[in-house]
Amino acid sequence: MSKISLIIQREYLTRIRKKSFIIMSVLGPLIFAAYVLIPMYFATLEDKEEKIMLVIDESKLFTEYRADGPEFVIAGTDYLKFQVVEGVPIETFREGFDESGYYGILFIPANILASESSLIYSTKQTSVEISQYLERSMDSEIEHLKLAQHEIKDLERILAEVETSINVRNIKWTKDGKTQESNTGVVMGLGYLSGMMIFFFIFFFGSQVMRGVIEEKVSRIIEVIVSSVKPFQLMMGKIIGVGLVGLTQFLIWMVLSALLVTGLKAAFFPELNRTPTEQVVASDLFEQGNGDQGAMSPLEEIPEVGDLDMAQEIFTSLKSINAGVMIAAFLFYFIFGYLLYAAMFAVIGSAVDNETDTQQMIFPVILPLILGIYVMISAINNPDNALSFWFSIIPFTSPVVMMVRIPFGVPWWQVALSGSLLVGTFLGMTWIAGKVYRTGILMYGKKASYKEIWKWLRYSS
Amino acid sequence: MNRASELSGANLISASSVVKDFSGHRALNQVSMEVPEGSVYGLLGPNGAGKTTLLRIINQITAPDQGSIHFKGQPIGPEHRPMIGYLPEERGLYAKMKVGEQAVYLAQLKGLSKQEAIKRLKIWFQKFEIGAWWNKKVEELSKGMAQKVQFITTVLHEPQLLIFDEPFSGFDPINVNLIKQEILRMKEQGATIIFSTHNMASVEELCDHITLINASEVVLQGEISEIRENYHADKYLVSFEGDPDALSRGLDSRFELLNLEKNGMGRQATIRLKEGEGSGPLIKNLVEITEIKSFQEILPSMNDIFIQVVNDAIQKKGS
Repeated sequence: MSKISLIIQREYLTRIRKKSFIIMSVLGPLIFAAYVLIPMYFATLEDKEEKIMLVIDESKLFTEYRADGPEFVIAGTDYLKFQVVEGVPIETFREGFDESGYYGILFIPANILASESSLIYSTKQTSVEISQYLERSMDSEIEHLKLAQHEIKDLERILAEVETSINVRNIKWTKDGKTQESNTGVVMGLGYLSGMMIFFFIFFFGSQVMRGVIEEKVSRIIEVIVSSVKPFQLMMGKIIGVGLVGLTQFLIWMVLSALLVTGLKAAFFPELNRTPTEQVVASDLFEQGNGDQGAMSPLEEIPEVGDLDMAQEIFTSLKSINAGVMIAAFLFYFIFGYLLYAAMFAVIGSAVDNETDTQQMIFPVILPLILGIYVMISAINNPDNALSFWFSIIPFTSPVVMMVRIPFGVPWWQVALSGSLLVGTFLGMTWIAGKVYRTGILMYGKKASYKEIWKWLRYSS
Repeated sequence: MNRASELSGANLISASSVVKDFSGHRALNQVSMEVPEGSVYGLLGPNGAGKTTLLRIINQITAPDQGSIHFKGQPIGPEHRPMIGYLPEERGLYAKMKVGEQAVYLAQLKGLSKQEAIKRLKIWFQKFEIGAWWNKKVEELSKGMAQKVQFITTVLHEPQLLIFDEPFSGFDPINVNLIKQEILRMKEQGATIIFSTHNMASVEELCDHITLINASEVVLQGEISEIRENYHADKYLVSFEGDPDALSRGLDSRFELLNLEKNGMGRQATIRLKEGEGSGPLIKNLVEITEIKSFQEILPSMNDIFIQVVNDAIQKKGS
């Protein structure tokens, strides 16, 4: 067995056998799922506590008189009930309302049609969902009332007829004139996810390479190893071994996440769909997941029960993105982006004697990567402007930025240029890193600095 | 050329005019060294003299700026790595890795197959009575225990050349003895051994050749017996019977009486020959004035030579 494969094997096996790897492999998707599902779960939890809201309706527009007494026209939900009170001034409730057990008092003034406002008196802040539910319900109730005043015949039928929901669909023409349908949100989301994933992968596993180098240096085993193998072999073996660990972890996450999300959604979502908070929660998620308009949350990749149209649209969109190209590009930028940065992380590791010294040296290295993340976020909206173009060509940012451009379609020559520059820079960087590394690993007690690294670079060997 | 290499006709390692610079500091200056095959070669020198740099160059950890290293007459290259075992002064193993697994890994890097490595390790672990450590992590071992493991990994692939940098530091006297015996056994089996040390007693005990490096330059080199001969100070220890006054009065002016004492062995005198005198006239002189019981040359210890040579070199540089 060749020496470099022995090194790769050791780096790989010692890492995947670690408890932390196994824990992270299992917890990663759980944390991810928890991040998505816990807010939902809390939303449902809060709702399950039954709340009774008193209603004082001075307008009388919202009160129906039935045999068993006055009834609020707006239906309660599973967890929110209304109880109409009449002939009691609101002031009587002020004292001791907190102990009464009622959630609040909805006060509808007599002039609601003109003022378009009502009040909720309560000892606590009313939740957003309840406010929104009331607003929506009262809106539509008043709209109906206003329409009814016009005394239009067949009002119900007309209303049903005019109800419209516009859906903007995006049809792309490819160069050879074929049409493709795509959902911009899905495309953006996919690019965003890939870019972010590459960023985290580079950062997380690049740091692991650095720590591995420091470990060998601090434990002093380095001198024994480099008397058996070339420093370059050791460095490359470590970079490749750690990279394979990353790929393995990534694979485990993908499989587990898919299983977990599918499973949990099957268990939770039908129920969620029935609650009045569904809309709110969904839109919350939408914003939380992305921070930017339009991108999708990963959950939405999976078809929802009772929302087949949306699911179908996503699937058509996913099909419109050439899956082969996407996966190939992802793996390419994933791997070479990592390799490029891992070489730099290895240099930092070789230049220091302990981990605390790495802080100020890491920053200049990851600066371009962070810049890449900012450009990526802007590139989601402007995949073809000059900024996006240049940052997807420059090798230090291209792994992150190019990934959001690819789903939108990028001329092949740009991909080729960006790709070959990345590979070229990786080779050059690795060559330089090897030179610095072999000097650095044997240097102790030097103040780590880029000036020192520059000096080492010029040593003959 | 020294005698041993003439006899065997081969040097395992020959370094010629090696120069190594580190940013303004010359670590090695025109260092040449011939290590005869089958010898135990001592590389001596004060701290910071350049010993470790030279050892690293022989191990191909760093390359020389000028000069060359030959292994059995061939320019040294990657193919020679498996033929060398190196125990650096700063010991180290992967702390989180299990002892057995780690030893197998290091042996594999030196070209042994996994099966062969395990087979040999089992024998060594038994010999050193550390079989129970196989599945322990290195961080659970004491420093001395870890040193034993590292010693085994250095010699496991039975290299033709063994390089030990301060092999005895960190061992207790019992283990020092164990290691010494192993080194001598490996010499008998035909291995060549270079070791760097400050411990002059072990140099006299084990080495047949030395190179003394001071301030990046070779200041003394050769076979130990020859060196001690060259550094003899023309001093003789004489045991005698009779009147000490008679001896001091009767001693010729060509000889200088340094010391006169009486101890359990009887009376002893330390006498130095003045410039250009031989030991023959001294014996003749002594026979006339006293009854000689024994007569022997006082050879300097390697420790004395080390201190003298290094001090001379410092003075020479200073002047």
